[in-house]
Amino acid sequence: MDRIAQTFYTCQQEQRAAIIGFLTCGDPNFEDSFNIIDAACSAGLDVLELGIPFSDPTADGPVIQKASQRALKSGITLEKCLTLAKKIRERRHDIPIVLFGYFNPILAYGPARLVHDALDAGIDAFLCVDLPVERFHEISDFRPLNCSFDPIRLIAPTTTDERMKTILPDASGFIYLQSRSGVTGVRNVNPADRLDFIRRQTSRIRQWTSLPIAVGFGVSTSDDVASLSPLCDGIVVGSKLVLHIEKHFDPESRSFARDDAIHELTNFVASLARSSRRSAD
Amino acid sequence: MSERENQGYFGLYGGRYVGETLVAALDQLEEGIRNFFADDSFWSDYHILLNHYVGRPSPIWEAKRLTETIGTSCRLFLKREDLNHTGSHKINNTIGQVLLAHRMGKREVIAETGAGQHGVATATVAALFGMKCKVFMGAEDVRRQAPNVRRMELLGAEVVSIQSGNATLKDAMNEALRYWSEVSDHTFYVVGTVAGPAPYPRMVREFQKIIGIEARTQMLELTGKLPSIVIAAVGGGSNAMGIFHAMIDDPDIELIGVEAGGKGSNPGEHCASLNRGRIGVLHGMKTMILQDEDGQIDDGYSISAGLDYPGVGPEHALLQECGRVRYEIIDDQAALEAFYLLCKFEGIIPALESSHAVAQAIREAKRQEHRNILINLSGRGDKDVDHVLARTAPREETDANMTRR
Repeated sequence: MDRIAQTFYTCQQEQRAAIIGFLTCGDPNFEDSFNIIDAACSAGLDVLELGIPFSDPTADGPVIQKASQRALKSGITLEKCLTLAKKIRERRHDIPIVLFGYFNPILAYGPARLVHDALDAGIDAFLCVDLPVERFHEISDFRPLNCSFDPIRLIAPTTTDERMKTILPDASGFIYLQSRSGVTGVRNVNPADRLDFIRRQTSRIRQWTSLPIAVGFGVSTSDDVASLSPLCDGIVVGSKLVLHIEKHFDPESRSFARDDAIHELTNFVASLARSSRRSAD
Repeated sequence: MSERENQGYFGLYGGRYVGETLVAALDQLEEGIRNFFADDSFWSDYHILLNHYVGRPSPIWEAKRLTETIGTSCRLFLKREDLNHTGSHKINNTIGQVLLAHRMGKREVIAETGAGQHGVATATVAALFGMKCKVFMGAEDVRRQAPNVRRMELLGAEVVSIQSGNATLKDAMNEALRYWSEVSDHTFYVVGTVAGPAPYPRMVREFQKIIGIEARTQMLELTGKLPSIVIAAVGGGSNAMGIFHAMIDDPDIELIGVEAGGKGSNPGEHCASLNRGRIGVLHGMKTMILQDEDGQIDDGYSISAGLDYPGVGPEHALLQECGRVRYEIIDDQAALEAFYLLCKFEGIIPALESSHAVAQAIREAKRQEHRNILINLSGRGDKDVDHVLARTAPREETDANMTRR
């Protein structure tokens, strides 16, 4: 069984949803980023989503936009992102790593080279935000046979039934269910409405696939995680994690209170992990 | 599927590189195009608006005094898109798209704008149709194109000033796409140029091709033949596609697109995506893009806000690749000189965007003989007056200081 399937299986056995953490690679610089990500994994992340910074992230809200800018200013490149992933993999054999980013940096790096180097780094899957399913082949075609470098499919609130029918049967890894329209980030939504919506969406998705379903976009508190965990197999938290880096980084001096950031961030991840356990009822 | 997909490409370029959220909105737009483009009443409404509201056909003016001043045997002709209502070719497209939005039952439109011409054209037609309008504009452009911001607000639009990046057109389009992904179910995104995800590049070209169709007939009437050379400025490339499209199948007509050379050839100093960019994906399309070796997008620069964009419409990338159109570069200084020449000798204040085309025409006229050169004068320069004067004044002062020393 590959790492993604194994992780979701284990979580299911433990009666909890997997906590999927998004962090921008190189935010606020390579060394600190490595330490932050490593600490977040230790604190209880089940899956790591590693964001490749991009100058024009049109699917992201202000928090992740700023994270991208911090990382780019520190000189991060896709090559360094892969190096960082490899360093994480050397320390952690089991955690699934999903590369998350936009197509242009991948195109500039060369899709064939990316697939090769990502597999070499021990990356399990990729989610390319601006590469729709119809164009997955621009990356997937370069995968060697029988390798599990899975393209993750995303289901938006606007995805029609007809489209689900074509997208989902070939899916692999897990399904990323977007809990609302718009860009990433925290937003005020009515919790009851959101739960209703997630219930409806998961039952639509279940018609076409039995893969694990992870809910993302706007999940920010332990309460969110507690209420969502009975409804899905994984929960993605991004902007709220990244915010802990933003809070302790001074853009003027580029000074970073790393220990404070790590302390807060790991406490937060641990609280999410505790909340992901489904209660007995 | 493959047939539909081919329609979204121009050779290798174009396509639909967007997040899953926007796929449904683009499918819906394609359906709208299929339904209403086949409907004669849609096109008759479009043409009534172009004739009676915009003031088409726009005339062609032979720039005889400019020709005399240059001292050339060529004849220079200006396609006067600057005389359109709202002052540029942009309104041809916004009439088409807002009409389509209205027929599709949308009640709100959004737009990105650089120079503000597209924003004004969108706000204008939105007012005419009683639709809500929100325009995204980079903070730097808000500053250098202030009169257009006031116009949009007078017309009832909300102007959203964008601080991210270089705070110009690219950043405005990023923000428009972000906003659209939130409200795409009831809002129509009026893209201002032949760029963005399919079906935008082709749709915008369909609304702009009227320029070339008119110009052919007018040149035949005026000179008894088709022009030898047709020149247009290229930022995103809509005025150029508009005038080129009807001429592309005449191999004897030389087509020249003009990119903004800004103040130098280093990254960040110009906007010559076709000449100095590489293939990439930005704003939903695969095209030639100014970027660094890691695929991060360069911030372009041009004196002209409307050309200040690091990408270009995908059809231009194909036309360059197959050699049908030659793409040249004109820098800020040459564009400014052409701006002043047209003011002084023809009594026409051109937009800085169009001044790039005029500058290239002057170059061609100096090195060629007995050619009829048609220039797409895509917009008027009222919006640029303050910016040009503010830029020119300190320079004269410096010259004076240096003379004194």
